[in-house]
Amino acid sequence: MSLNATLDALFPTGHTVAVDRQVLTGTAETATGTVTVLGTTDAAAIDHRMALALAACVLDTVEQHPGRALVFLVDTSGQALSRGQELLCLNGSLAHLARCVDLARRQGHPSIALVTANAVSGGFLSFGLMADTAYALADAQVRVMDLRAMARVTKIAHERLVELAATSPIFAPGADSYVRMGAIEAIWPGPSAELLDNALADVADACAAGDQRQARGVARGGRQLAAGIVQSVVNSPALV
Amino acid sequence: METLEFRFDSKPASHAADPALCGVVGSGNLEILVKPGIEPGACAICIKTSARGFGETWQAVLGSFAASHAAGGTLIAINDMGATPAVVTLRLAQALAEYQGGAQ
Amino acid sequence: MIASLSARHSWFEATARARLAGLLDPGSFAEILPPVASQPSPHLARLDLPGAFDDGVVVCHGELEKMPIFAIAQEGQFMGGAVGEIHGAKIVGMLRRAAQEKPAAVLFLIDSGGVRLHEANAGLIAISEIMRAVLDTRAAGVPVIALVGGSCGAFGGMGIVAKLCSAIIISEEGRLALSGPEVIETVAGVEEFDSKDRALVWRVTGGKHRYLMGDCAQLVDDDIAAFRAGAADFLAGWQEPAPTPALLRTAQQSLENRLAAYGEMRDGLEVWAALGIADPSAVPLLDRDELVSLKEGLPT
Repeated sequence: MSLNATLDALFPTGHTVAVDRQVLTGTAETATGTVTVLGTTDAAAIDHRMALALAACVLDTVEQHPGRALVFLVDTSGQALSRGQELLCLNGSLAHLARCVDLARRQGHPSIALVTANAVSGGFLSFGLMADTAYALADAQVRVMDLRAMARVTKIAHERLVELAATSPIFAPGADSYVRMGAIEAIWPGPSAELLDNALADVADACAAGDQRQARGVARGGRQLAAGIVQSVVNSPALV
Repeated sequence: METLEFRFDSKPASHAADPALCGVVGSGNLEILVKPGIEPGACAICIKTSARGFGETWQAVLGSFAASHAAGGTLIAINDMGATPAVVTLRLAQALAEYQGGAQ
Repeated sequence: MIASLSARHSWFEATARARLAGLLDPGSFAEILPPVASQPSPHLARLDLPGAFDDGVVVCHGELEKMPIFAIAQEGQFMGGAVGEIHGAKIVGMLRRAAQEKPAAVLFLIDSGGVRLHEANAGLIAISEIMRAVLDTRAAGVPVIALVGGSCGAFGGMGIVAKLCSAIIISEEGRLALSGPEVIETVAGVEEFDSKDRALVWRVTGGKHRYLMGDCAQLVDDDIAAFRAGAADFLAGWQEPAPTPALLRTAQQSLENRLAAYGEMRDGLEVWAALGIADPSAVPLLDRDELVSLKEGLPT
């Protein structure tokens, strides 16, 4: 589905979203009010310019529109792979974007992320996974790395990875794995204003509750150890 | 990965300090955890190793160690990523020494 | 006081536990979830790999010059210091505990390539949780100081985490970046980044470059005592700022200015020249004290 079709389906009463070199920003009307819409399209490889453009958009919302929700549309192939980008510390610009999304949360702006097509690694970390709640469209590709590349790097046979991936979400690419592990709330069959409005209605609770992804990972069976380990570390006495 | 378990008679280790950890699980390296065991005159060892088929080598190296050191009364757990017998013996000695609070 | 060469203990060569032993006040180390109370990762076992009892990260209480601190130390020699489910959860737990108990600081000894591919999704989600936890701990008023100087540097998602910390203390051997040079070379070619050119790798991602650019607060010698002194000095003069729109807007402006000024450059030498350094080619040869003097003498 094209970006325009996705936007029209999410915001049937209108939006001002424009795209500048794979970065989309704008506003839209929803049942719960005006929202800031921002993100990336065309499997963008996130670089300094894009990260800073998104961060500026978040800061504009925080400075000018108290309480306004942020709707992130995520379509990224990960971070830009370039010497020039690393020279200027690309991890720093991604961290800055993450801090801005976190600031927005602290200032009372709820945030939702919707993976429209691709969500990979560092690109996903810097804004999609920083939102209060994340969703994905049914045919979205969510992953760290595809299994063939993973086989080359880990030196584990590709067939073995495929076999294990069938039963374990721990490394199996796909939005389903992320749902089971608590990082994605739900998969939408398609973009719809109704699903978005429901998500916006729910997100205020998520915003206030803190990071609940570990509890969800246990409840859904995909990530069975993390929540317990966190609790043990928080509660155990230190041993000399 | 192969899991191996052994038990050797050994002279009792002197009074135990806290459990002792030595080494890291890097390539060609291993970590050894020594803690109190049930039998004062024996040393029980469990190894998880990335290299398969070396059961006899482990038997020889560990047996030799248990015979020449006072390692009785311990439970030893090892995570191994392909260490040579020389490295294994060295780490065992380090771990046992630390377990006994620096005394040999 | 400069430690004599024979008394130096290399941070780069040391294990996580040895770094902690030299960093913390003697006798103050108190580990949480020690190896004797822990099991190796079942995810690695399923892939036929022996794990580590501590899953490659040590979390502990301790003191630094009598200040109560928490420390998190990644073991770079185990699976490239990479973050898996248990490893990540230990870090998140320690950061959350710090937000509650409010020690003087959290010292985060980062030595990691990022997500542990063997547990890819769990690692990515864990890093996302670590990112939020670092910001929560800082918002509670507790500084989180990254110490970078090991063989894995701070790469991938852990490179992002490092830049979320209150400050980074780095040695010349340390590296801080997002994608590894090998990955960039594989995808974009050797002309883009020759990963075997060590001098180039350090001019782009190494401690001296990051320090000169202002991405790291301190440059220290490759010596555990130097990291200890650097951390103590830094904390003595640091007040953790609350996250505000004004603070982040200032950071935004600074990053935009930097991109405009250096965005076309491809080598640290070009950046150092633009910073006002008269002889950029000498930078790799300067020792730590000379480089710090050089930086302090630069026009701002």
